[in-house]
Amino acid sequence: MNISKSYSPRLARIALGLFAAAALSTSASGATLPVEEAVLTHAPNVPPPITRRTPAKVVINLEVRELVGKLADGVEYTFWTFGSTVPGPFIRVREGDHVEFHLHNFPDNKLPHNIDLHAVTGPGGGAAASFTAPGHTSTFNFKPINPGLYVYHCATAPVGMHVANGMYGLILVEPEHGLPPVDREFYVMQSEFYTEGAYGEPGLQTFSMNKALDERPDYVVFNGSVGALAGDNSIHAKTGETVRLYVGNGGPNLVSSFHVIGEIFDKVYIEGGDRVNANIQTTLVPAGGSAIVEFKCEAPGTLVLVDHSIFRAFNKGALGMLKVEGEPNTEIFSGKTMDSVYQPEGRSIPHDAPRPPREEGKAKTLAQQKADGEAVYKQTCFACHQATGQGIPSVFPPLAKADYFNEDPDRAVAYVIFGREGPLTVNGAQYNQVMTPQNITDEQIADVITYVLNTWGNKGGRMTVERVREIREGGPAPFGAGIGAH
Amino acid sequence: MWRAAIVLLGTLTCASALAEQVRVGEGVYRPLYRNEPDQPVAAFLLDETPVTNEEFLQFVAAVPRWKRSTASKLFVDDHYLAHWAGDLELGTNAQPDHPVTHVSWFAARAYAKWKGARLPTLAEWEWAASASETSAETRGDTNFLRRILNWYSKPASTGTQPVRSTYKNLWGAWDMHGSVWEWVEDFNSSLVTGESRADSSLERPMFCGSGAAGAADVEDYAAFMRFALRSSLTARSATSSLGFRCARDLPRDPPEDSL
Ligand code: HEC
Ligand SMILES: [Cu+2]
Repeated sequence: MNISKSYSPRLARIALGLFAAAALSTSASGATLPVEEAVLTHAPNVPPPITRRTPAKVVINLEVRELVGKLADGVEYTFWTFGSTVPGPFIRVREGDHVEFHLHNFPDNKLPHNIDLHAVTGPGGGAAASFTAPGHTSTFNFKPINPGLYVYHCATAPVGMHVANGMYGLILVEPEHGLPPVDREFYVMQSEFYTEGAYGEPGLQTFSMNKALDERPDYVVFNGSVGALAGDNSIHAKTGETVRLYVGNGGPNLVSSFHVIGEIFDKVYIEGGDRVNANIQTTLVPAGGSAIVEFKCEAPGTLVLVDHSIFRAFNKGALGMLKVEGEPNTEIFSGKTMDSVYQPEGRSIPHDAPRPPREEGKAKTLAQQKADGEAVYKQTCFACHQATGQGIPSVFPPLAKADYFNEDPDRAVAYVIFGREGPLTVNGAQYNQVMTPQNITDEQIADVITYVLNTWGNKGGRMTVERVREIREGGPAPFGAGIGAH
Repeated sequence: MWRAAIVLLGTLTCASALAEQVRVGEGVYRPLYRNEPDQPVAAFLLDETPVTNEEFLQFVAAVPRWKRSTASKLFVDDHYLAHWAGDLELGTNAQPDHPVTHVSWFAARAYAKWKGARLPTLAEWEWAASASETSAETRGDTNFLRRILNWYSKPASTGTQPVRSTYKNLWGAWDMHGSVWEWVEDFNSSLVTGESRADSSLERPMFCGSGAAGAADVEDYAAFMRFALRSSLTARSATSSLGFRCARDLPRDPPEDSL
């Protein structure tokens, strides 16, 4: 074991000092301990719970790699990683274990790196002891004495940049008696990326120091890239199961308002510590901090994980999906049972200024339909398909210049009425998401489809209320529309 | 006049035809941390490019104790010349006209000595490297800074490129940024305070956010990276993106008649 690789007497002294202390404690009590290599898992997976009830000597090997990876569809970035992934692997140890940590800096890397584990009680969380040049390995020992869920990160100058490029992950120190068993555990880590190009700009993007200083990220993501936790990468559970999410926030700057659309957290281990709060809608996850949340999946459907600082979710990528399969539980959630006209007392319909009489959609001019359709779009479709119909790479398909939309506008009507789920290719890009049925009138559907047909370079044409009605009557099957059918 | 000096030097030493020196004018090096005083830098001579594989091969052939297989482990680590095919054979991973990498500080110094030269000091190197094509000092020039940062956006596994493939700065030196890291004589001085009880504070500038608070230019991330790299190294270290170039003092009083 060689941690003092230095010929600088000064560095050697620091390193040797730390090492001597660690070596003593290992030989005093660690000698008789069973030795095991830690199981490391990549997000969203979590290593299995620790079943032993006595300490062990746990050996951790973690390699740092600088590599080009995918940040979003068509967008690449040079990530600096622990274990070749962002976030780095999930580490699970037990309170009182003796940890022997080996940090390997891959020889082809350009930069030195280190690791600051918030679970370590000691100077810099191991940062100085693990400071490693490319092509070298540092070894240090520590004993986790405080149970909880902790962030680890690189702390090499410039720290902000090492973190901004992806160097963080989670380490769970299980309490001596373990955590209560649950049916499923997942690892979710939020973080931001600051790129020279705007969101979605294709090609290899470089780190923007100015945006990082201004705390103006282009991407806010779960598990390292847009879509890393959505579509095919969604996580799964069954109704009746209890899910535990280990949620971390690598930052570097933003605090997360972590929320799961369609669930209430039965339990939150606040900031990843001992204290449990109950019945929480949204919990804060500080940069460089964590939270553990638990909930029972009562009803089937797709639960959406978001940073409820909501523009980050729908415009910057902070969106994940947990698909819950099983029988509907109408007592907990009935689905829509009735749609009736709401007429507040004292109001009757013709109260408004007289509108030009017309025979439903048919009498509307194309210009009218487009104007009304635009209003519908802005109220209903905009949140997902975006202001100019460009969508969000890998999450929401585009409607602008969209081959799929232009191919068959009837099909689009069916999706709006019945919803849509499953694989889909639009303009060459793959999607595998869920669009819920949109609860708007047939006239509004005719208008909005007409609007989309005549905007953003689409092929033009009109959709009539009659056709919408026919499609509604025909049901979802002819168009493969509908959700929850499989 | 300085050209004359080079010609003179060239005849005095066994300089190969490949290495040319350029004159870097005098200036001031501003350290990364505000509490350190500015350091005046006298004019000096600096290699126009980093030392290439071919040049280093000549050295190893002439001084066999620096061959990969025979170099003392006190002076090199296991990565020393790891990309060469053999002791005296470059092979496909080490193109002759690319900067030599995988060299330790000891080896770089030995090469410089063999050339009758020396390694630049940290202050000299930083001063020379702060020049863009058109200006001696680039502090606050965000475009220049961005270009440097772009280099860090490419992993080292993309390999080295021939010398003279990035840019030539005001002094005539090529590839000061964007090609390889370079050794300097006092590479560890950013750590050495000379006061042993200040050791624990050495970590402060290197690892903590607070370090940046004392920085003279918080936006010069590239400078932080160079300092972090240097302080992670030992004199035996060799990495795939670390090379060097030589420097020399200007002759004190160039004889007038040599013009
Ligand atoms: C809650 C987000 C959301 C809203 C609101 C929404 N959509 Fe979608 N839409 C989606 C998703 C997700 C898909 C892809 C579904 C899949 O992968 O199967 C989609 C797919 C589509 C498609 C087929 C793909 C394509 O690009 O042509 C059309 C057409 C469409 N939506 C139209 C609309 C219209 C019109 C509205 C407004 C009335 C609307 N959507 C509102 C999320 C949404
Ligand atoms: Cu790092």
